[in-house]
Amino acid sequence: MNVTINVNGEDRVLDVTGHESLLSVLRNDLELPGTKDACEQGECGSCTVVFDGEAVCSCLVMAADADGSSVTTVEGVSADGELHPVQEAMLAKGAVQCGFCTPGIVVAGSHFLETNPHPSEPEIREALSGNICRCTGYGAILRAFETVTGEGS
Amino acid sequence: MDFIAAHDLDEALAAKAHQPDALLLAGGTDLMVEINLAHHRPSSVLSLRRVEELQELTAGRIGAGVTWARLERNGHRGLAQAARTVGSPQIRAAGTIGGNVATASPAGDGLPWIIAAEASIEVQSKERGIRTIPWNEFFVGVKRTSLAADEIITAVVVPEDVPIAQEFAKVGARNAMVISTVSCVVIRGDDGFRVALGSVATTPMRATRAEEMINAESTISDSVLDEFAHIVSEEVRPITDHRSTEGYRRHAAGVLARRLVERSLR
Repeated sequence: MNVTINVNGEDRVLDVTGHESLLSVLRNDLELPGTKDACEQGECGSCTVVFDGEAVCSCLVMAADADGSSVTTVEGVSADGELHPVQEAMLAKGAVQCGFCTPGIVVAGSHFLETNPHPSEPEIREALSGNICRCTGYGAILRAFETVTGEGS
Repeated sequence: MDFIAAHDLDEALAAKAHQPDALLLAGGTDLMVEINLAHHRPSSVLSLRRVEELQELTAGRIGAGVTWARLERNGHRGLAQAARTVGSPQIRAAGTIGGNVATASPAGDGLPWIIAAEASIEVQSKERGIRTIPWNEFFVGVKRTSLAADEIITAVVVPEDVPIAQEFAKVGARNAMVISTVSCVVIRGDDGFRVALGSVATTPMRATRAEEMINAESTISDSVLDEFAHIVSEEVRPITDHRSTEGYRRHAAGVLARRLVERSLR
């Protein structure tokens, strides 16, 4: 079946035949490898995208069910070659180690700050609780978010 | 694979009547895990995500398509507390209460509240219309319910007089992204305490012996609470599995139930 998905502002038409996830078509058919594929169980958050206005795990969205929806991936977070403030802050605070969790954290975190621009530290922790960093670099990630929200320095 | 995206309830019921073996897809947080791990390759899938009738959320009626994220903000107190412990923000934005009810895991985070609130599960089919199944007749075993093949869960129906003193808690290895080791809901009303537990039996269960004991007491003293916790621990029927042991679950069930009774009195 043909599905049309608006990805980062552009309508893309795909032929979906089986049970593949949105994650799979983003990476394999649309060649957008920024969204990472790790656990495929919704546990790790590395495949987080904004799907019809909600940050979700793209591995848990059936591609066939995404017809008519709009999706923002990490490739769509920055605009006109300018990094998003979350990306700038993560660079400045050394919040990237192996980098595998980074796209998911950028998408989940930037989406969260749109609805809650001045969160407390526990709110940031809770907002990022679905994103696992196996380098365990949570301290630097938290400090990066605090500089975006004006709490840190 | 056959894929059907229903746009309203009539369309969904007609599709389910025509293809009773179609698997229902809502938030995808259970079904897609099974599919990704290749445990399951359904030949047909019926998506309910676009069905407006399943999105209703009022005090008396929780549409099956209501997500945990919405319940966290607008649910009854005990259910909102439970919703906040489901998965992560990503999971709560997608997963629905109808999916939790349909999956009927012993560890389903929303289920102890449903049985403590004495809510009913409303299901519909094209053939037989609406059936409202009482809480104590719906969950019949591990991931088994009394839903018929041509039926769709449409809502959780909450009694008007559900007391507002409600407390939920669960025990797990961390705060986020955890399947409960034991979960518990206590609801305190004029008729006394209701105590429901998850992950301690094949289905979510009421601790009826412990309820009878504590509801016969006029004063809730420390010794009454000790005895109450002891009966809860005896009454649950947990197993040892990869997440915990029978003994720990018995202990934690008593501790949680006692703690929630105390919280409900504050």
